[in-house]
Amino acid sequence: MKNLTKLTLFLLFCCSSLVLNAGQIRIKAGESIQKAVDRAVSGDTVILESGNYPESGIIIRKSISLIGENYPVLDGQGKGNVILVAGKNILIEGLKIINTGKSNMDDSAGIKFFDSEDCIIRNNILEETFFGLHFSNSKRLSILDNKINATSEREFEVGNGIHLWKCSHSVIANNQVSGHRDGIYLEFVTDTQAKENLIERNMRYGLHFMFAHDNSYIRNTFRQNGAGVAVMYTKNVLMQENRFEENWGASAYGILLKDISDSKVIGNIFLKNTIGIYMEGSSRIDFEENTFNENGWALKLMASCDQNLFQANNFTNNTFDISTNGSLVLNTLTENYWDKYEGYDLDRDSIGDVPFRPINLYSVIVEKIPASVILWRSFMVNLLDKMEKILPTLTPEDMMDESPKMKPYDFS
Amino acid sequence: MFKLLKYALYDIVKSRFALLYTLFMVLVAISIYQVSDDLGKVSLSLMNIMIMIVPLIAAVFATTHFFNNLEFIELMLAQPVKRIHVFLSQLLAVILMLSLALIVGFGLPMVLWGADSSLITLLVVGVVLSAVFAGFAFLASVYTRDKAKAIGISLSLWIYFSLVYDGLVLYIIYSFADYPLEKATLALMMLNPVDLGRVLMLMQLDISALMGYTGAFFQEFFSEFMGVTLAGGMLLLWVLLPAMLAMMKFKKRDF
Repeated sequence: MKNLTKLTLFLLFCCSSLVLNAGQIRIKAGESIQKAVDRAVSGDTVILESGNYPESGIIIRKSISLIGENYPVLDGQGKGNVILVAGKNILIEGLKIINTGKSNMDDSAGIKFFDSEDCIIRNNILEETFFGLHFSNSKRLSILDNKINATSEREFEVGNGIHLWKCSHSVIANNQVSGHRDGIYLEFVTDTQAKENLIERNMRYGLHFMFAHDNSYIRNTFRQNGAGVAVMYTKNVLMQENRFEENWGASAYGILLKDISDSKVIGNIFLKNTIGIYMEGSSRIDFEENTFNENGWALKLMASCDQNLFQANNFTNNTFDISTNGSLVLNTLTENYWDKYEGYDLDRDSIGDVPFRPINLYSVIVEKIPASVILWRSFMVNLLDKMEKILPTLTPEDMMDESPKMKPYDFS
Repeated sequence: MFKLLKYALYDIVKSRFALLYTLFMVLVAISIYQVSDDLGKVSLSLMNIMIMIVPLIAAVFATTHFFNNLEFIELMLAQPVKRIHVFLSQLLAVILMLSLALIVGFGLPMVLWGADSSLITLLVVGVVLSAVFAGFAFLASVYTRDKAKAIGISLSLWIYFSLVYDGLVLYIIYSFADYPLEKATLALMMLNPVDLGRVLMLMQLDISALMGYTGAFFQEFFSEFMGVTLAGGMLLLWVLLPAMLAMMKFKKRDF
C-alpha cells in the first residue's frame, strides 16, 4: 500500500514535471535557430532574443513554440523558404521574416506548412517575402495578427500573402496584407473563416478562392487591389460586413462572382469601385443589406445567373446601377432603395407605387461601345434615357424592382 | 475704356434682369441643396442646370443686351473713342454680369452648406460657358440688323452645341463602333465647349466608371498636364474665337 502511494506520487510527479519542465531554450542573435530547434523536444519553447538571424530553410517537425522577443529578424537572404513546418501543435509568434527567395519553382515562402494540424501563427511581420504564409494539406490553423508586406513592381515577381491549399477548419483573422499578388488565396479550403483582415494594394486580387466551400468572410476590408476580389467555383459562402473600396480599372471588381452558388452576401459596403459586383454563372445567392455607393457600375449581372435575390440594398450615387448582357432575367430584385427612383408613394407605405427599372439605356450602349461613355450626362443622353424609361425597347423589360423603397435603409 | 466699361456695367446692373437672374440662380441652388442629401448629388443636379440653362441665358441675354444698347453704342461710336473699346466694354460687361450672377447665385449656398472640388469646377465651367455663349451672341448680333434674327441665330447655336452635336457624335460613335474611338471622341469633345465643360465635370463625378478600359484613357488624358492644358486652351479658344470674329465685324460694320 505504501509502495502504491509512492508509486502514485512518483507518477504524479512525472506527469507534472512533463508539464512544468516544458523546457525553454533561449538563443541570441548569431546562434543557429535550426540547432536550437533540433535540441528542443516536443513541448519546448524556443525563444529568440531580438537581433539578426541570417538563416533560411529552418525545419520544424516537433510540437514546439518558436517565439521572438521584440521581433528578431530572420533574414532569408534571398534563398528559398525561411521556415518549413510539418507537425502538430506548433506556435510561431513575434518573428520578423524578411527576404525569402523569389522563385515560382519551389514557391519560396516566409513560413511554409505541410501536413500540419493545430498550429498558431501569430503576430509576425513578413517583409519582402515571395509567398508570405504558405499552407498546404493542413487543418485547424490560426493565422492571427500578422503583417505581410511586399514591394514588388510586377505581378509575376511576387506570390500570395496568405496562401492556403487543401486546408480546413482554420481561422484567418486580423492580418494585414499588401503588395502581394493575391492578398488571401484559398484553393480547396473548407470550413474556414477570414475575419477582420485588411487587404490592400495587392497586384491581382485582394481575396481569391476556388473550390473553397463552406467558408465565411466577415468584416474584412479589401482596398485598391489590382482587380479587387475574385471568387470562383464555390458553394455555400458567407460574406458579411466586408468593405470593398476603390478597386479601379478596366477589369477591377468589388467582387467578381463566377460560378458561386447557395451563398449569402450580407451587409457589405461597396464604395468607389469601377464595378461593385460582377456575376456570371452564379445561382441562389442572397444579397441583403449591402450598400453600393459611388461605383461606376454597382452591379453587372450577366444573363447566365439565376435565382439570385437582391433584397433591401441601398444603391446610391452609382454612375450606373445595373447592367446586363441579355434580355433574360431569372433573378429577383425587391425592396431595394435606388436613389434614381422617381416614382411616388400614394398609400404612404414607404414603398414606391410604380416599379423601378434599374437598367439605364445608356449603360447598354456603353457596354457595347465603351468610348461612348464620354457622352454620359449630356442633354442628348438624358433625353434618350427618359424615353427609354417610358417605353423600354433596348433594356430588358423584366429587370425591375416591383417594390422600391422610397427612403434609404439605415444600416449603421 | 474703363469709363465705357463702368457705364456699361452700371447700365446692366440697373436693369432688373441681373437681379432676377442672380435670384433665380440662388433659388435653384438653395432648393437643390435642400432636396439632395450629399454633395455628389448637389453637383450632379447643378451640373444639369449649368449645362442647359447657363448657355441659354447667356445667349439670349447677350443678344437682347446688344440690341437694347444699340443706340448707346451708336452714340458712343460718334465720339472720339476706339471702336474696339466700345465693343469690348459691352462684351466684358455682359460676361462680368453673367459670371457674377452665377458666382453669387451658386456660390452663396456653397459657402453656407459646403462645397467640394467638383462644385468649384462647376463654377469655373459655368463662367467659361457664359463667356463663350456671350461671344456667340455678340457674333450673331453684329452680323444681323434684326433683333429677332440675332436671337434666332444665338438659339440655334445653343441647340446645336447642347443637343444636336452630341447626337451627331453618338451617331459617329455608333457607326464606327468597330474602330478604336478614344482619340477621335476626345478630339470631337474638344470641338464643343459645352461637351468640354461636361467632360471636365464627368472627371469629378463619375471617376469610378471612367476607370474602365476606355474611360481610363480619358481620365489619364485629363489628369495629365498636357491634357489639362489642351482642354483649358481649347476652352480659351472657344471664348476668344467668337469674340474676335465679332470684333472684326464690329470694326467694319456700317451702323
